[in-house]
Amino acid sequence: MPDFVQLWIYLSATPLFGLTATLVVYLAAQAAYKRSGYASWANPVLLSVLTLACTLLATGVSYPTYFAGAQFIHFLLGPAVVALGWPLWLRRAELRQRWGRLLVAALAGGGVASASALALGWLLGLPHEVILSLAPKSVTAPVAMGIAEQIGGIPALAAVFAAMTGLIGALGAKYLFALLRIPDDADGWAAKGFALGTAAHGIGAASAMQANADAGAYAGLALGLQVVLASLLLPLAFRVF
Amino acid sequence: MNGLHGLAWLLVFQSVGELLARGLHLPLPGPVIGMILLMGGLRWRVVREPVAICAGFLLSHLSLLFVPVGVGVMTHLSLVSQYGLRMLAVLVLSTLAGLGVTALTLYGLRERPGAATSATSAGSGQPPKDGAPDA
Repeated sequence: MPDFVQLWIYLSATPLFGLTATLVVYLAAQAAYKRSGYASWANPVLLSVLTLACTLLATGVSYPTYFAGAQFIHFLLGPAVVALGWPLWLRRAELRQRWGRLLVAALAGGGVASASALALGWLLGLPHEVILSLAPKSVTAPVAMGIAEQIGGIPALAAVFAAMTGLIGALGAKYLFALLRIPDDADGWAAKGFALGTAAHGIGAASAMQANADAGAYAGLALGLQVVLASLLLPLAFRVF
Repeated sequence: MNGLHGLAWLLVFQSVGELLARGLHLPLPGPVIGMILLMGGLRWRVVREPVAICAGFLLSHLSLLFVPVGVGVMTHLSLVSQYGLRMLAVLVLSTLAGLGVTALTLYGLRERPGAATSATSAGSGQPPKDGAPDA
């Protein structure tokens, strides 16, 4: 028995643990998501985060120890942001043709998401640095962290807010779009996908791809656009105000 | 093997982006500059073919990449227990507002079939008319 404890102590301290646990838990969560018939409450990111956080808390493994392994997955967010150029490039004809309305929608949606988060956070009396960490929440996590750092927020908190925003978007979008009566035709799917990519970045885009291929493509486009707009405009807005 | 080439290209573009961002004090993060450069580089087949494979793979597993940061919630449990409900309220309301405004704006600006030319779908088909400026 003590051998087992020794073994666990050894294994849980190596990077192998965090990496293996993240992959295995995520694959299991994805299988559960499929089994549930893609129910939005069974979102694989939500399931994985909850399972891993509970496991770490229960076993007493610290987050930095876990992250020593999980960072290999986290690192791929950088190349993934670069890879967003691919869906943008694929849709370059549409981008050229509709750039006006896409830009208006991206600015309006991203602006409203940020401004309403700041206003609500201020109204509800959240601490200053928490409010600042809310500003880049609709941008994909690695970029959100960079922006938060620039404007005086807490990068780690910004990443968590971004991840939660993605989840909320992925969970709630279906009901919101039904409520707003956006139809399931080509224009409707484009609008829905673009909205998910704008307001709920990668996690929203993943759920858009699940729903409809066109929606997924527009989500990828919106995600890339939002990354550029937010990293240009947010620090500028905070310098001005 | 091609997937590996693709990853190498993505990393090269990211590194160049990082160098430019730091060297020229650009207001954009390195990976974002890398993304913009990649869009220019994709016109060449040596870049396009391997990147297509790797980008497809990375982007189809995009949600996995958020798990490590997401687990970081556990390090902010004190903030969460103190402000959790309020933070959740802010996140839910602002996300729904952003989603709704984006979707309604884009849907409202769509090409209407009744207007001047017969507009085809926003999907794969290409409308015959050049994109008119927005109303």
